[in-house]
Amino acid sequence: MGRITLEKVSKRFGDVEVIPPLDLEIDEGEFVVFVGPSGCGKSTLLRLIAGLEDVTSGKVVIDGEDATRVPPAKRGLAMVFQSYALYPHMTVRKNIAFPMRMAKIPEDEQKRRIEQAAAALNLTDYLDRRPGQLSGGQRQRVAIGRAIVREPAAFLFDEPLSNLDAALRVGMRLEISELHKRLETTMIYVTHDQVEAMTMADKIVVLRAGHIEQVGSPLELYHNPQNVFVAGFIGSPKMNLIEGEEAAKHNAHTIGIRPEHIDVSRDGGGVWSGRVGVAEHLGSDTFFHIHETGLAETITVRAPGEVQFKHGDQIGLTPRADLVHKFDAEGLRIV
Amino acid sequence: MATQHSRSAARLMMAPAVFLLLVWMLVPLSMTLWFSFRRFLPLRGGDQGFVGFENYTRFVSSSSFWPAVQTTLIIVVGILIITVCFGILLSLLLDQPMWGQGIVRILVIAPFFVMPTVSALVWKNMFMDPVNGLLAHLWRFFGADPVVWLSDVPIFSIVMIVSWQWLPFATLILLTAIQSLDSEQLEAAEMDGAPVLKRFWFIILPHLSRAITIVILIQTIFLLSIFAEIFVTTGGAFGTRTLTYLIFQRVLESQNVGLGSAGGVYAIILANIVALFLMRIVGKNLDA
Repeated sequence: MGRITLEKVSKRFGDVEVIPPLDLEIDEGEFVVFVGPSGCGKSTLLRLIAGLEDVTSGKVVIDGEDATRVPPAKRGLAMVFQSYALYPHMTVRKNIAFPMRMAKIPEDEQKRRIEQAAAALNLTDYLDRRPGQLSGGQRQRVAIGRAIVREPAAFLFDEPLSNLDAALRVGMRLEISELHKRLETTMIYVTHDQVEAMTMADKIVVLRAGHIEQVGSPLELYHNPQNVFVAGFIGSPKMNLIEGEEAAKHNAHTIGIRPEHIDVSRDGGGVWSGRVGVAEHLGSDTFFHIHETGLAETITVRAPGEVQFKHGDQIGLTPRADLVHKFDAEGLRIV
Repeated sequence: MATQHSRSAARLMMAPAVFLLLVWMLVPLSMTLWFSFRRFLPLRGGDQGFVGFENYTRFVSSSSFWPAVQTTLIIVVGILIITVCFGILLSLLLDQPMWGQGIVRILVIAPFFVMPTVSALVWKNMFMDPVNGLLAHLWRFFGADPVVWLSDVPIFSIVMIVSWQWLPFATLILLTAIQSLDSEQLEAAEMDGAPVLKRFWFIILPHLSRAITIVILIQTIFLLSIFAEIFVTTGGAFGTRTLTYLIFQRVLESQNVGLGSAGGVYAIILANIVALFLMRIVGKNLDA
């Protein structure tokens, strides 16, 4: 259960083609993350799978059956919304029970599933409260609980963590990953945050303007970005993308080198040399922004641990030759 | 912001308005109270001194008092039911995206801008007239005998007229409430397997409950005092004499100011009981 295939699915809103025809295969039990900048169509794609939007053309196949015209409730998918979409006038218990009540599941079975979900999500003490009395993280868990009790073929998450504060987000990220390992149910997760994508996904789908730019495991995307967009999008801090003369030396239109793949030397010796600008000290790492290297772009360098360069110091930079990514004029990877 | 200084300045600034409103309310109120304890017959001897609670007992023991209370309640409750039910339906309809939405909304609100007297006259002469009224023509078109609305079904007719006037108000408030409903909640309910009617019952209606109470509260207070519609159409005949109309008759037709004032005091008490009762419901709803 939980195998979803998109065949030539497209979506238009009036004259605007939000999603040009695309194909995608989501395997059973996979944790798939749709990631891309705002407005890239990732939420629309999720809503097409959920059935909340009608596809303009193409087919949505769920578990081998054409679900293109099947109403959302009958697709066996559960969705967790960005705003959680809890019913404010119902208690947590009733919120979680709602989908089962609609499906006319017997009372005692409902009770069993609610207790199970509440225990799994640490909600047992809050079952008789209303959503308004809960914190953001608890509301998030209620929304997940409401999805779990339906025992769906797949879970759909629409930017579920974007309303939480940074610390809570890291916690919930782990909880959702943990849940996936335990339930082994297919999960599709939409986010604009590449860190969430990298840490949670089995498979990342990078989208731009409705197009799938690349599909692959987090490390595949990190090591072998298929084009400049993916190269720039995946990884933090961003990959240094250099055009012009320096790229021509590598027979490429653009070369990319990740900040963590550049060695620094104090004496100024190296392939490039430049002046240290802003330094961001994170304790475990230090990011330097290097100016006046003779390149058009500011270079970001990551040095492990605490490195004591001062603002204005001259330092040398040496990219590791085997880790330089090369792209042609169309932005595609040169192998 | 609220320093000692700004607070006292605010009090000073508000004082004239508060004073004016107080006088505006207190002078008529105290005059009503004053007259209610006096025997005052302008055409039959004028002010003849205090009579204690005689006016109060006479007003209540009159054979027309309880029927008037009953009529008032029937009219108010009837209008409330019609405006709330149709208000919900209309607001659901107006919430749908459609061509010419702005114009349709203005048209729907329009009846609210018509003066009560005017709308009552329009209804009386153009719709409900048994000879020339539109409804009479409609009835005749289908071969039926025209209904003489204002004498055969007078209460129903008045409820219709006033509902027509107040429906826009209910619709407007309920429409804004519907628009404030998070669309993700409806989508979540859809995903959870709730069909249209159940989405209405479990999501939209509870969301509207507060707006509905507010509509009921405000309308009740205004509807308890409807007068023009009755005055223009039936003149209180055919069992359409409400409490307000009874007071009017006591003062102007029987020329008994004292008796009418006592009735006015009863009406104030009744309105306050209703308001208190409804405020509690609203208060409970606001807690949620």
